[in-house]
Amino acid sequence: MLHITIHAARRMLRAGDIGARELTAAILERIDAVDGQVRAYLTLTPELALAAADRADAALVAARAAGTTDDLPPLLGIPLAIKDTITTEGIRTTCGSRILENYIPPYQSTAMARLQQAGALILGKTNTDEFAMGSSTESSAYFATRNPWNLAHVPGGSSGGSAAAVAAGECLAALGSDTGGSVRQPAGFCGVVGLKPTYGRVSRYGLVAYASSLDQIGPLARDVTDAAELLGVLAGHDPLDSTSVPAAVPAYAQMLDRPVRGLRVGVPREYFAPGMQPEVEAAVRAAIQVLADLGAEVREIGLPHTDLALPVYYLIAAAEASANLARFDGIRYGLSAAAESLWETYRETRGQGFGPEVKRRIMLGAYALSAGYYDAYYLKAQQVRTLIRADFDAALAEVDVIACPTGPTTAFRIGEKMADPLSMYLTDILTLSANLAGLPAISLPCGFDGAGLPIGLQLMAGAFQEPLLLAAAFAYEQAAGWHTRHPTL
Amino acid sequence: MASGDIAYETIIGLEVHAQLLTASKMFCGCSADYAAAPPNTHVCPVCMALPGALPVINRLAVEKTIRAGLALNCTIAGHTLFARKNYHYADLPKGYQISQYELPLCHSGWLDIEAEGAARRVGIARAHLEEDTGKLTHMGEAAGDTRLSAGRGAATLVDLNRAGIPLLEIVTEPDLRSPEEARAYLVKLQQILRYLGVSSGDMEKGAMRCEANVSIRPVGQTQFGTKVEVKNLNSFRSVKLALEYEVARQIAVLEAGGRVVQVTMGWDEEHGRTVVQRSKESADDYRYFPEPDLPPLEINPAWVAELRAALPELPDARAARFAAVYALDERDAALLAGERATADYFEATAAALGGTAPAARTAANWITGELFRLMKAAGVEIEQVQVGPAALADLLGRVERGEINANSGKRVLGQMFETGQPAGRIIDELGLAQVSDADALAAAVDAVLARYPDEVAKYRAGKESVLGWLMGQVMRETRGKGNPALVRALLAKALEG
Repeated sequence: MLHITIHAARRMLRAGDIGARELTAAILERIDAVDGQVRAYLTLTPELALAAADRADAALVAARAAGTTDDLPPLLGIPLAIKDTITTEGIRTTCGSRILENYIPPYQSTAMARLQQAGALILGKTNTDEFAMGSSTESSAYFATRNPWNLAHVPGGSSGGSAAAVAAGECLAALGSDTGGSVRQPAGFCGVVGLKPTYGRVSRYGLVAYASSLDQIGPLARDVTDAAELLGVLAGHDPLDSTSVPAAVPAYAQMLDRPVRGLRVGVPREYFAPGMQPEVEAAVRAAIQVLADLGAEVREIGLPHTDLALPVYYLIAAAEASANLARFDGIRYGLSAAAESLWETYRETRGQGFGPEVKRRIMLGAYALSAGYYDAYYLKAQQVRTLIRADFDAALAEVDVIACPTGPTTAFRIGEKMADPLSMYLTDILTLSANLAGLPAISLPCGFDGAGLPIGLQLMAGAFQEPLLLAAAFAYEQAAGWHTRHPTL
Repeated sequence: MASGDIAYETIIGLEVHAQLLTASKMFCGCSADYAAAPPNTHVCPVCMALPGALPVINRLAVEKTIRAGLALNCTIAGHTLFARKNYHYADLPKGYQISQYELPLCHSGWLDIEAEGAARRVGIARAHLEEDTGKLTHMGEAAGDTRLSAGRGAATLVDLNRAGIPLLEIVTEPDLRSPEEARAYLVKLQQILRYLGVSSGDMEKGAMRCEANVSIRPVGQTQFGTKVEVKNLNSFRSVKLALEYEVARQIAVLEAGGRVVQVTMGWDEEHGRTVVQRSKESADDYRYFPEPDLPPLEINPAWVAELRAALPELPDARAARFAAVYALDERDAALLAGERATADYFEATAAALGGTAPAARTAANWITGELFRLMKAAGVEIEQVQVGPAALADLLGRVERGEINANSGKRVLGQMFETGQPAGRIIDELGLAQVSDADALAAAVDAVLARYPDEVAKYRAGKESVLGWLMGQVMRETRGKGNPALVRALLAKALEG
């Protein structure tokens, strides 16, 4: 029951086999029991969750009596966790940073509003690398989250709290945000499903911006069906986000059962570079073989600018971040260091409030945008970004879906890469390109290494091709069955 | 400008920021009508820059910018970008201003002005959209200190009601050659912005703000001199005075063998001088880059064509039409066409009087003369005048028909202006109806001639100028109600006899 899916819980709730309060209380007990080890949550809101559960139960009872349970909102009574980079009205939103330690947002993010309208209830806010800048959740200003499969290892990041909470049975599913792999990489490390939608598919209104042209909110879930369910709720045009796209929202969860026979699957040769953990390559190649056995046409493809994705990403993301984080100035909200002048207030507030990784990226970004360097760094990065997009356009003219590993290794040990930022950055090398190209991508479990740590299979597709992407992922998941494995804590 | 042996040429370029007249702010739904609002009441997550809030472009602001651009003969971009201008200050909540850098909405235009008797075409480099900042109030020891140092009891208050108000920035080429040209350009620009309903253009209220770049060079030199930026120009007068001061200062520096240093100066209105605000030696680096929260704005040419077709007749064209159609003299035509409300008032009055050229000239004379005098004395604008065009035309019709004479007409207009009452009622109340009864007037003429036999003799001896004086006496006898034409005729007849 702790590892129940959304779709199974919904059936039980509607049938009256379980109550929303009962389900929520069970998850809260699980959090009580294991979160001291996993440390997935930064903030818990049990009273709010239970009160919402009671309201859901009342609606469920009434609907059962009236025979109208099919008309209930899709996530009624489903307890979820929210990454702490996503604004939650009335609930502390820290972004894993000291600078927002006591910040309680007075407005609601669109993603949260949509979840609440769909009837979901919120258990709390999950840990993240500070302002989503990291790949291990170790750069959180509060504490490191641990991988439920092995507590000595990281859960990945930056949505490590959400991925660990889903894997550990501390919620049914969770929201994360993905700027360079921050949903998919922790999903891979924690053996859950993580989906980054097409850029513009889900509103960013209320997602605290790290890199505006790359950020997307996405679900972390136990299986592909749940990810599709959540995408269906989150997706859609939002007049408050000018970069959200007014495209129709397909019924993703009802479109999973498409056969993969004839599906053209491209395997990019650049994504199996030397240095990759052999067990990862073996598991991913075996997964691709499963798709081939299901009738997919597998072929090798080239994405020639792949090796440039990392420098391009760290220039563009840092440049945007340097401006996005300028608003944390100690004047209107958050940490405010008392000082003798405005400039000292800035220096003290930001000096105390931001951690070293955030400062590093602000400096890198400000440098890349500064007079005399703009053309060589920021502008050049944008030009190369166009080439990376063109790589995908060309490849996706030949194939429907691209299959590759989510990351070159399984989860590393806590502390292993903190002293070496560059080796940390390299853990995202296979996920960055989908953000740069704005394409939808999903990570789902495809096996375990010798140490028992999960391995992630990444699938990517063309813009707004989530139905195709999810159908391919669903076909593999159902054939392989890895999603039924859970860590023991 | 000449001094000593060398003649200098003045080079001025202006940057004007005009607040746009929109209902809501540039990137959020907050009301832009903040003038009377208590501090921080017109704010929301977007204009307070709460984490996660995103901007959405105000379509009306784009429309007004395009209309201004068209009126300034600009090219309207089909593809335009917003950019982030990065700097930290307490009145800038996001830590960057959303502005335009590459690909502004309007560019490459011009405005024709006339100054010191000469016509000049001023190039418009660009006209783009951006957002206003908040307002800071320095208290205690921080007052007047832009570095915001907090001493004892000192504090700076931040009001974000103004933050995010749409601003139109209009940048000229360095085409202005004197402070008077700069003033004339601003007057003309303000007229146009008001005509279009794009901005109130009110400099005193900060709805239109001006910064100038000034340099001088010896006449004949093609290279520009070092430019100085002058800020805090809050009226047409201060623009002219500050520029005159700054030009003279730069000449004095060069004459003394010094060199002009690139600085930002502020105009100190009280002491009538420019003072250094900050040195430009550490050049600003705003780290502009395209705003990733706003996709490039594609402007539909059909929309631009629609806006162009719907542009009102602008002041110059209207003045030319007034001069051509109504045979007004150029000065009156320009005076009437300068403000849209005045021009509308004039045309409505002329139309109500029959619409002929003589009717229009009558209306023009009364409006530029008596009505403007009354407005100036009362300190009101044409919009606040209680006498509408129809009521004025009614009065002027009565004067034309001889119902009252011109002098009485002025008295009546004064009363109408005060009370808003129609002319007919005031004429009745004051008993001003003109006397055109020949018998009654003949009696007055006879009385006057009998009273002043010496003057009558002078006239008859050939001193015709006495006639006017005698006219005055008859009018006085009729307490100003006599029909002047009839009085003149009767007087002439009596004197002949």
